[in-house]
Amino acid sequence: MEVEQPEADESVELDQPWVTIVWNDPVNLMSYVTYVFREYFGYSEAKATELMLQVHHDGRSVVATGSREEMERHVQAMHEYGLWATLQKADT
Amino acid sequence: MRPFKRRKRGGVYAVFEAAEAHLLVNLLGQLVELLRDRNGEDESAPDPLFAQLGMGGSHVPPDDPVLQRLLPDGYTDDLDASGDFRRYTERALSETKVANARTVIASLVEGGLDPADVETNDAKVEVELDAAAVQAWLRSLTDIRLSVAVRLGIESDEDLVAVADSDDETVVVMSDIYDWLGYVQETLVQSLS
Repeated sequence: MEVEQPEADESVELDQPWVTIVWNDPVNLMSYVTYVFREYFGYSEAKATELMLQVHHDGRSVVATGSREEMERHVQAMHEYGLWATLQKADT
Repeated sequence: MRPFKRRKRGGVYAVFEAAEAHLLVNLLGQLVELLRDRNGEDESAPDPLFAQLGMGGSHVPPDDPVLQRLLPDGYTDDLDASGDFRRYTERALSETKVANARTVIASLVEGGLDPADVETNDAKVEVELDAAAVQAWLRSLTDIRLSVAVRLGIESDEDLVAVADSDDETVVVMSDIYDWLGYVQETLVQSLS
């Protein structure tokens, strides 16, 4: 019997419509930004480094996806660390 | 300064010259004053319930460029949401930054610094940080680096080069402080890995 599965992308959008974005700045040390991503989000060294490099080279990186409330908490935490972060709907 | 090192039993330590410790206290004092100016005199210890409800918090970004960087917008694409976010979170963020600065000053005092005595410069200040103090130091060092960077006009990587090449005496002094703060933070981050 075949069960219709929702597209993976669709379900993500419905359940997790918000993202936390960290923006590049010339001040924060690469080692510190990587440390924050590891320490706060619990990412691996490899993943944290990849996100840090994305911020550095592309000017921004989506570091988390989830509910609006959750993303607001992340943004506040990033501001405590001194990183410049914002949240927005995932599809904008 | 002797850079941050990890102790075998956990915790990290570093040794500062008295002049370096005074410099840190001075920068942290300026930071606390700036944040208090934003919150107003009476609001440094607000009623916790009021604080939780975000009452009295401003929804308008600060005018001061340093405060704008320390207390940034939460949204880039929605002014109303950004105002609400600021009204509910800025006060708590600001208080956390003040508390972190006070923790750093307390570590330096515990390490032997007498903030009132700026004459005795041969004393060493040895700081020992537990896990909680490390977190306060990381954040506070970032806050004062951001503050100095804004004063130096550092907004891009090109600005860093311009600042490094400047002949202006004030810029040279501040730029040295900025580099030194970066060094302190780098050794602290490295000591944790």
